Amino acid sequence: MPERNRQSWSPCDDRVVELVDAAGSAPEEHARERGAVREDTCLDVRELSVFYGDKQALRDISLTIPKNRVTAFIGPSGCGKSTLLRCFNRMNDLIDEVLMTGEISLNGENIHDPSVDVAQLRRLVGMVFQRPNPFPKSIYENVAYGLRLQRRMARSEIDDRVEWGLKSAALWDEVSDRLKDSALELSSGQQQRLVIARAIAVEPQVLLLDEPASALDPISTLKIEELIGRLKSDYTIVIVTHNMQQAARVSDYTAFLYLGEMIEHDDTDAIFTNPSEQQTEDYITGRYG
Amino acid sequence: MRFLTRTNSPSGERTNPGDRGSTGKSPPRQGWWSSGAPWIWLNAMAVGIGIAAVAGLLGLIATRGLAHFWPADVAVLQVDGGTTLIGELVDIEFTDPASFEQTGQPGSGQIERWLLKTGNRRVNGPDFRWVPAASVADRSFPSDVAVFERTEWGNAYGRISAVYENDALVATGPPAWDELRSRLERVTELRDEIAATQARTIDTVNYGLERLRLEKRRRVLRGVSEASDIEERERVLIATYEEAETRLRALSEAMRRDAVEIVIMDGRSIRQPLSDVMRVWRPNAMTVGGKLLHYVRSLAVFLTGDPREANTEGGIFPAIFGTVMMVLLMAVIVSPLGVMAAIYLREYARQGPLVRLLRIAVNNLAGVPSIVYGVFGLGFFVYLVGGTIDDLFFREAQPAPTFGTPGLIWASLTLALLTMPVVIVSTEEGLTRIPRAIRESSLALGATKAETLFRLVLPVASPSILTGIILAVARAAGEVAPLMLVGVVKLAPALPVDLNPPFIHLERKFMHLGFHIYDVGFQSPNVEAARPLVYATALLLIVIVIVLNLAAIMLRSRLEKRYRIAGT
Repeated sequence: MPERNRQSWSPCDDRVVELVDAAGSAPEEHARERGAVREDTCLDVRELSVFYGDKQALRDISLTIPKNRVTAFIGPSGCGKSTLLRCFNRMNDLIDEVLMTGEISLNGENIHDPSVDVAQLRRLVGMVFQRPNPFPKSIYENVAYGLRLQRRMARSEIDDRVEWGLKSAALWDEVSDRLKDSALELSSGQQQRLVIARAIAVEPQVLLLDEPASALDPISTLKIEELIGRLKSDYTIVIVTHNMQQAARVSDYTAFLYLGEMIEHDDTDAIFTNPSEQQTEDYITGRYG
Repeated sequence: MRFLTRTNSPSGERTNPGDRGSTGKSPPRQGWWSSGAPWIWLNAMAVGIGIAAVAGLLGLIATRGLAHFWPADVAVLQVDGGTTLIGELVDIEFTDPASFEQTGQPGSGQIERWLLKTGNRRVNGPDFRWVPAASVADRSFPSDVAVFERTEWGNAYGRISAVYENDALVATGPPAWDELRSRLERVTELRDEIAATQARTIDTVNYGLERLRLEKRRRVLRGVSEASDIEERERVLIATYEEAETRLRALSEAMRRDAVEIVIMDGRSIRQPLSDVMRVWRPNAMTVGGKLLHYVRSLAVFLTGDPREANTEGGIFPAIFGTVMMVLLMAVIVSPLGVMAAIYLREYARQGPLVRLLRIAVNNLAGVPSIVYGVFGLGFFVYLVGGTIDDLFFREAQPAPTFGTPGLIWASLTLALLTMPVVIVSTEEGLTRIPRAIRESSLALGATKAETLFRLVLPVASPSILTGIILAVARAAGEVAPLMLVGVVKLAPALPVDLNPPFIHLERKFMHLGFHIYDVGFQSPNVEAARPLVYATALLLIVIVIVLNLAAIMLRSRLEKRYRIAGT
């Protein structure tokens, strides 16, 4: 299926022209992305389709994710939110029989370009999964893991960055006196913050959070949400969530996906108060999904 | 559980049928039966039988093996007909007179007979003899009876009558004992010195001469005829050799100076040169402390000494050394091979029918009879690989083979092949147990697949890998059949490790405890004398396997603590 291959993507220049057009001349034509284009773009998705074998998981998704903002993906189970998220750091490459068309660029650079080092891309685009999954190592080693992958660092530098990562993830005060203990002895809320600390210790630009609080109790969830609020000044955050209140609380922009299609993408306030699509309204008012 | 069943089931009815009469309830046993309790009992019984069998095995081997080194009392028996027998009482047996009749002895009913170790093979004939208990008129344990452990002809039992130096009488009567002890000390020192000279000088010179011979031949093969430097070195070595030889001869001469006269059981006197006596003790006169000391010394000799008398006497150190070395070498070979194969099968190969077929084949390899591996090892490793190595690198030694003959390295390789499936299977199991989520988080942090493997997956799977190695070691240490084809011998002239460069001689043949058991138990000229050694050696083999396993298990439990996977 060469026509669906990466080579067939539109050249970058055209897309830049399109973007300029979109931003400048006819904003009303891009009503779905009203908010998104006003900001600096971090991730830009163009006509992305993803197939698992014969099944199409995403259909022609186009959206831009603004820098240093929180973007939430909402939608019923199986709508493709996680698939879309996993495209951003190319985690879908790990699955056989996945086929993609379209283009994703990070800071204007095509992430599927053959010159892109996937490992490097994943360092820039950190990811936190639904269930807390610390490595079966000490707390310290968990945070240091990503650092040790990058280059040889002095012991003291690693110490500093582990401390910084744990502080950024609001975990330092709870674990500073037991860094050598196994990470598996932490509560699941602490584990999830540890995983976030592990992700931000390598200083990514983007943080992908795949339902980061769905396996946690309300208090831990609250802590994670506070953390997201604090982290967005330094990172571009994309969060997938089932919880619409959570999306409303933490995000600046919200995208609603349904059956692999993006129905609406807008300011979170606009989506939740005045959605332009009927389907969005039905979903957020709980009529289906 | 059972308590509940009892109260619910109408078992009371059965015991007291009069109280309630027939109320038409279900039969009483049915409740107990359907409660599953019999099944639990059956299971517990199976466990019990297993434990009893293992405990019995260990107990038998341990008692029989360890009892051998205890200095048994020496009995003096006056037998009907006026003969006197001196020896250790080894066994008591009750036997059927019908079969006993064939030996020409009278008797009726069950006859008790004693097995007496009378020793002194050269004079008395067999070491052991059966004595009907009824024929013994008197049994005593006189304190002046001594046991002589000798380098040849087994133990001798008797009374010391005199000590001689160069055929001149030195002491007689009671003082002879002390005289003998001090003179024996001198002989022991001389013997140690001879052994040291032998090991330090003679063996080294022989090894050096052999190397020079090969060097000379290598030059001839290369067309270089110049060999004066070699001949010079040869002359130096031969001079050293002759010097040592002279010294050895003098030492042997000095050793033969003293002799002891022993009155053995039939009243005859034999004169025994002290040079052939290893130890003398008078068990009947020993205190418990003295016996304990003797016991520890005997055990130490057994563990550290070289075998004597076709392996039926002396120690088994070469066999211990050979076993441990072969097993460790095997572990060093099989661990990387098995782990790498498992990694490829589980992590890199595309899972499909071919990999499934491969996996089945690997699992089945574990079931191939071990002797088949021995045949393969002989044909492939020894003759093909070893022969090729000889052709390529050791042409000067031909036609004598260097690597093209059974040896330590080939035994280790053969056993590595034999145990590889075990390592592969348990490593694969460990790899499968690592959750996908953990691997994905590693990749999401920017690790490549190889980095994830080395920094995360392998450390976390290391307890499983060690489990595989433990199983492999246990299997390899107990294997005998294939080893007989690829390197184990009854008596190895030298250890695979010595002071002659290159220090580790992997091509040498070696001794092995398992084969030693077989050899001593079945191939020995003196089976009765060797039987306790079979138990002792078996015990040692078990101990070695346990020690090797314990070391690995301790390491594993430390790793398990470190890399505990969530939820396990």
